[in-house]
Amino acid sequence: MKIRIPFLFLTIFFLAIFLVFYKGLQNSNIYVPNNNIEKELPNFQAQLFDKDSEILLKDILKKDKFYLINIWASWCVPCREEHSFLIRLSNQKNIEIVGLNYKDNRQNAKNFLKELDNPYQIIISDKDGTNSIELGAYGVPESFLIYNQKIIKKIIGPLNNKLFIEIKKIIK
Amino acid sequence: MKYFRYVIVVLFLLNFNFANAKVDDLETKITKNLRCLICQGQSVYDSDSDFAVSLKLLVSKKLEEGKNEKQIYDYLKDKYGEWILYDPKFDKSTYFLWLLPILLFITGGAIIFRLFIIKKK
Repeated sequence: MKIRIPFLFLTIFFLAIFLVFYKGLQNSNIYVPNNNIEKELPNFQAQLFDKDSEILLKDILKKDKFYLINIWASWCVPCREEHSFLIRLSNQKNIEIVGLNYKDNRQNAKNFLKELDNPYQIIISDKDGTNSIELGAYGVPESFLIYNQKIIKKIIGPLNNKLFIEIKKIIK
Repeated sequence: MKYFRYVIVVLFLLNFNFANAKVDDLETKITKNLRCLICQGQSVYDSDSDFAVSLKLLVSKKLEEGKNEKQIYDYLKDKYGEWILYDPKFDKSTYFLWLLPILLFITGGAIIFRLFIIKKK
């Protein structure tokens, strides 16, 4: 009887640990960021793409209006894929598209827009990538739907037809 | 007296080095505790991806602005969520994680104590 109590205690203890880990094993370990939380838009100084002056982000984005901030670069292949959707979106009435040119060569970016057309009302340039981090981005391409200076939707990766329809529904 | 002067100069220069090293160390410490979200199993410090390079730049900018470690963590947590930190905070979903090693340590200690020390007596 003397040995049995610690033995029993240990068995229960390890069984409990085993159960917890076993349950944890079945949980998905793929991290999915939460894209639909309304977040306050950060305000930062950004460099304009075709001028040498700087501008505050909140000065570009007026209240009571929809904006799509699109992070793009001429070297990014998926950006080419989503470009036609951006052009289609720019033809919509109640949304303006703001481009954020990510770690790009200015001439290459200009050629890219010449070739595929320019959907952006205004472009800011993010030479070192810190502006994108302040927005909470992971890489290119990425888009942020903004209303009333709040991020209402974050799209990681290129736009597609499904997302295009979804955005159209939101801005109606 | 001559040597004393040299010593002073050397100490002065070494102190400059210290002032610099402190900032660098804090930056290293912070970036080592940040998960590179687009890499697999790498910290921001270890990674050379575009994301990590920009994040390192941002951390050094924030340190220059005078923000402390906790403010930088809170700032990034707000943007990317708890997942970006390697050290998870202590709350009801992580208490088991934090307390299990202590519990195991105490149990092991108790077993050793029973087996060897009480038996010897």
